[in-house]
Amino acid sequence: MKSRPVQLLIALVMAGALAGLLALFALALALLGDPGDAVTPLTAGRLALALLALLTLVTMLGVSLVWLERKQLGRMQGRVGPTRVGPFGLLQPIADAIKLVTKEDVSPGASSKAIFYAAPILVFVPSFVVWLTIPLSRDLVVRNLDLGVFFFIAVSVLGIVGLILAGWSSNSKYAILGGFRSAAQLVSYEIPLILGALSVVMLAGSMRFTDVVDAQASVPYIALAPLAFAVFFIAGLAEVGRTPFDIYFAESEVVGGPFVEYSGAHWAVFFLAEYVNTFVVAALGALLFLGGWTWPFGDLGQAAAVALFLGKTYLLAVVIFWVRATFPRLRIDQLMMVGWKALIPLGFVSVIAVAVQRFYEWPVWTLTLMSLAALGAAVAVQLRAQRSGAVATAKRYAQRAVAVEPSRRRERTQA
Amino acid sequence: MRTQAAYETVDMMLNMGPQHPATHGVFRMVLTVDGERVVDVTPHIGYLHRGSEKLAEHESYGQVVTLFDRLDYVSNLNNELIFCRAAERLMGVEPPERAQYIRTILAELNRLASHLLFIGTYAIDLGGMTPIMYGFRERERIQNLFESVTGARMMHNFIRIGGVKEDAPPGFAPRVRALLDDAERGVAEIDRLLTFNEVFLARTRGVGVIDAPSALSCGLTGPSLRASGVAYDVRKDYPYEVYPYLSYKVPVGENGDCWDRYYMRVLECYESVSMVRQCLDQMEDGPVMAQMRRIARPPKGEVYVHGENPRGDIGVFLVSDGTDKPYRVKVRPPSFCNLVALRPMMRGAYIADAVAILGSLDIVLGEVDR
Repeated sequence: MKSRPVQLLIALVMAGALAGLLALFALALALLGDPGDAVTPLTAGRLALALLALLTLVTMLGVSLVWLERKQLGRMQGRVGPTRVGPFGLLQPIADAIKLVTKEDVSPGASSKAIFYAAPILVFVPSFVVWLTIPLSRDLVVRNLDLGVFFFIAVSVLGIVGLILAGWSSNSKYAILGGFRSAAQLVSYEIPLILGALSVVMLAGSMRFTDVVDAQASVPYIALAPLAFAVFFIAGLAEVGRTPFDIYFAESEVVGGPFVEYSGAHWAVFFLAEYVNTFVVAALGALLFLGGWTWPFGDLGQAAAVALFLGKTYLLAVVIFWVRATFPRLRIDQLMMVGWKALIPLGFVSVIAVAVQRFYEWPVWTLTLMSLAALGAAVAVQLRAQRSGAVATAKRYAQRAVAVEPSRRRERTQA
Repeated sequence: MRTQAAYETVDMMLNMGPQHPATHGVFRMVLTVDGERVVDVTPHIGYLHRGSEKLAEHESYGQVVTLFDRLDYVSNLNNELIFCRAAERLMGVEPPERAQYIRTILAELNRLASHLLFIGTYAIDLGGMTPIMYGFRERERIQNLFESVTGARMMHNFIRIGGVKEDAPPGFAPRVRALLDDAERGVAEIDRLLTFNEVFLARTRGVGVIDAPSALSCGLTGPSLRASGVAYDVRKDYPYEVYPYLSYKVPVGENGDCWDRYYMRVLECYESVSMVRQCLDQMEDGPVMAQMRRIARPPKGEVYVHGENPRGDIGVFLVSDGTDKPYRVKVRPPSFCNLVALRPMMRGAYIADAVAILGSLDIVLGEVDR
């Protein structure tokens, strides 16, 4: 057992390593400059360097979420989480990764091998490619696309293909059930996700991430459009399959869904993609609704801005894990109902509210009011429909219980 | 030109278990599914069959208690109690009052531990990860208490024919009281977290409904029957041990759905706590073993004794031929009998509901297969 100061030192070194990675990424971007349209060996090489740095960084950020989730779930469940490997168990995900990579990689005999082994890559690549346009701060971005939000939505949806192929090629009934579920779920929830993002895009008047963030310098959009945030965040949870929407790999029903036949390194790729996706949704939430690297008290330095953005992202990740610790899982038909009957109409309400506010040039607080009213109405209807009935039933049961009185009196023999 | 037949779908057979996280052991269901809908279900049991009833015919009466420990392995003391009561009835022995109190306390604590395990595993079945941790925290303290009283955490062999093995350890009552306070708080905590959780309500209300007549004709007992609105509890209707001295409530449901079956058990947790408290108040010093021969040798005859287990009405039919070994031991295991209701409840449900319905019956395979 190492002493406390040594543990802290190791933790500091690890934080330094992460900061170093960030610096490396920044350096690579600076070297890259603006290559324009011409593709020369030099620009191609610099791009490769930047991508390599980004890949390492994204992997490390995803891995950090694994640790955060295990630690946070542990604390919320009255446990301590990982403590053994490294200070505060920080190296636990690394140990897990080593274990997974060194495991035997088995595949079902009747599986379609080529598709089976291609599927993890098809799932991971989109979750990485979206990072090309996600800025960590105003300058720290590989390509600050004009259509950044559009690019994110267009690319992130591609991951579904990998999931379906994984389910199909495994030649297992549980896997195919999970594959079908993932297809239905991800396609349905793409729409509210887009509607939530669209409200923000309409408010900012741009699809470029840096513009959207700059527009929030004084007031973050979560204050203006809480409804859009709720729709975006819930749909985002479903997009990455977090509880209560973890239907397609539901452990107690389809035993891992599309991943059920995977093992070792290939399973690890799915696992990593899941956490990178979670990080992407949290980062998107921070960029579109929490004001990214800006705060209302003036400009920040480069390092402080990145730290602020990462802090907001981790805050949203904590909320995602908090939801996981609290809620059970929905059923497939209920999932569809939440998507099509609640989130999509609410998403349209949000878009219309923004449009009305923009068109008539009402003061912005009217938008907050409209958003909150719609959100409150939805929550009230939900509570009324479900919870109040159950509470009344429970009260009745407590009263209706058959009381049994002692049928015999007992004489005490001692004082 | 494609014909209509080209578009016709075929039902899929889905084998769930014996190695599946949601089957609570080695239970196997063959589901016939149409997409996500369950068309039919065929349960298969026997993967944990150990021939306990036959084995019992070759053990002396005192040794059979150990076999009963291994039937329902999450409420061992209730099982021990039922066999010892059967043997005592056959021999005409009445255990001393203190022994009866200790037995009742242990049985009710074991019911509490069993229900805590049920609540936790049921949440896991539905995808909630946290309640089982809270449940195990309280259950662990009960297990520790059992260890200090009986010397074992699971296979106690503590309740003997004619009483209990030995008196409760010093400081037993204050320790149990402290434990009860914490357990009550723990149950309330899970109750707050899970019972009115919107997703939990959506998954359990109106799912797996069985009405009172069908529940009765399927032979459901215990909380699963009371959830359908039948106020049948062996402790109430055929009181045994010191239950006649206690005042308590038997919670009864209305709808007979999964949520009712779950909530009955939550309410029973509170009742068990109150019953143990009353027992501690009433308990007095005294012997814990009846005066009887060392080796039990009941007279020729037969007896059927039943009692309320956490899972339902457990019964033992015991035949003696006058030797020191039982001629026949027949158990009516509540888990096995409750499984009869599986098929009518599951038809037309979703695959996810199948898991919820099986979980709400709270089966223990050690008892189903014996």
